[in-house]
Amino acid sequence: MDLFPLFNSLRVAAISTVVTFFAGIFAAYYIARAPRGLRGVVDVILTLPLVLPPTVIGFFLLKILGPRGPVGALFEIRLVMRWYSAIFASVVVAFPLMYRTARGAFAAFDPSLRHAGQTLGLSNTFIFWRITMPNCRAGILAGTILAFARALGEYGATSMAAGFTPGKTATISTTVYQLWRTGDDAGAYRWVAVNIAISFVVLLALNFFEGRQKRA
Amino acid sequence: MLEVAIKKTLPGGFALDVEFNAGAETMALLGASGCGKSLTLQCIAGVQTPDEGRITLNGRVLFDSEKRVNLPPQKRKIGYLFQHYALFPNFSVLQNIALGIGSGTRAEKLFAARNLIAAMHLDGLENRKPHELSGGQRQRAALARALATEPEALLLDEPFSALDDYLKWQLELDLADTLRGFRGTAVYVSHSRDEVYRLCGSVSVLQDGKSEKKRAVRDLFHAPETLSAALISGCKNYSRAEILPDGRINALDWGIALSAADEPPEDLKYIGVRAHYIKSCADANAENAVVCRVARDIDDVFGAVLMLETPGTAQLRAEMPKSARDALGEIENLIVQIDKNDIMLLK
Repeated sequence: MDLFPLFNSLRVAAISTVVTFFAGIFAAYYIARAPRGLRGVVDVILTLPLVLPPTVIGFFLLKILGPRGPVGALFEIRLVMRWYSAIFASVVVAFPLMYRTARGAFAAFDPSLRHAGQTLGLSNTFIFWRITMPNCRAGILAGTILAFARALGEYGATSMAAGFTPGKTATISTTVYQLWRTGDDAGAYRWVAVNIAISFVVLLALNFFEGRQKRA
Repeated sequence: MLEVAIKKTLPGGFALDVEFNAGAETMALLGASGCGKSLTLQCIAGVQTPDEGRITLNGRVLFDSEKRVNLPPQKRKIGYLFQHYALFPNFSVLQNIALGIGSGTRAEKLFAARNLIAAMHLDGLENRKPHELSGGQRQRAALARALATEPEALLLDEPFSALDDYLKWQLELDLADTLRGFRGTAVYVSHSRDEVYRLCGSVSVLQDGKSEKKRAVRDLFHAPETLSAALISGCKNYSRAEILPDGRINALDWGIALSAADEPPEDLKYIGVRAHYIKSCADANAENAVVCRVARDIDDVFGAVLMLETPGTAQLRAEMPKSARDALGEIENLIVQIDKNDIMLLK
């Protein structure tokens, strides 16, 4: 069995999670401080990928990142139909999960802890990384795991933006579809089993961290 | 010297308008919850920005809306004891305190932190996390941390509201010692007149966001000038009032005319009398005496409370020791007398 889809899926999901982690936290932190009207609009735009069908997101990605798209035209290299194209798709789809969980965690954070840090003369960077983040850890970890799980399970937008090229852009989810389409049920079952095993571990981890958050 | 003159309007319509000066003393901001006490402290500390005004501390301008000065909280040299103490849950007691010490090597910081731990009777708790401390220990740790920055002013936000009653007394004695040893300006925010009376030298009453003139604590309690000051100092009985041609005062809500020892001010609006000062009297024709029907007879923890129906619409509340109540026997009516020295003339 060619393990490339497993390697590619984990690679794409891991990179997407790192990008989503920082982008989601950054957005959550700054949008909580934005003026009320702006906050409402930006919040809707950032959450939109959560409710849009992945095919709509894939369509947008192709139009924007494609060779003749406004962003794609700026780059020498091709942004679509490569293995890393799946990262763009996963990031957009997973971002709202990270953003919304981080926002909830920051909203629940006692502002007097931040104020205490400021009156003690601590820098805002120190306060953010050493006080805010550790005390929001459970929520932020839960968001990260959700984002990873979503990135790993991404199919619709990924198949449109990265396509299916065995050994190049194939992920677990696109491989299952391809094997089923060509009548190779035995092969499909193997990848389904791999997928379920990974998802099981991820969800166990999620429950573990959510339990810790409730107790904290 | 801390000089504060600020205004701030919140989105809900609440308007803060506070003005006071405080030297090297413990000054109280006394008011009911929601009157803007904490917001005032937050503005002084710099974690909230007033809409307009000026704040200076020992000649340094911390905030000035006209000159567009707004020092970040990190540079204001103000210690802040938060209502729920705001100790960092992920750091130990020692680390919490050491974080406040601004300069020096790591070793020097730890040394200074250990000194504060000893001074605040926290020995043996250095490595505990805040959630492993009792309420009183948390308060002392938070106070040690606030003092670690060697602040020029210390802001205390309801230090005892998060504590059980039986813990408060010893902690209050300790806090009184700490405040006596503090050389800067301390601003003590509270809704408890008892704490303020015992711990503070001067007081400004805050009512719906507006501060009243600062006064010596004893003056406020023994001779309040306004109705809100009288109420917050614990006065239970008040009535709208007008001056009669003969110089006496007509208590409109009680339906009686009273003589006061002092000349009533021309802008008199209310009079008040404390519940303890309403005495029973044998002669209904004596000065300031009135016959009241006993509406309710309440047995309290350490005394008795009688609610008395006056000739007017409002009731009088009379408080007395249990023995004094028992001496009255079964009664339907009671003649009470208000000494003219006990009448508070209020604006």
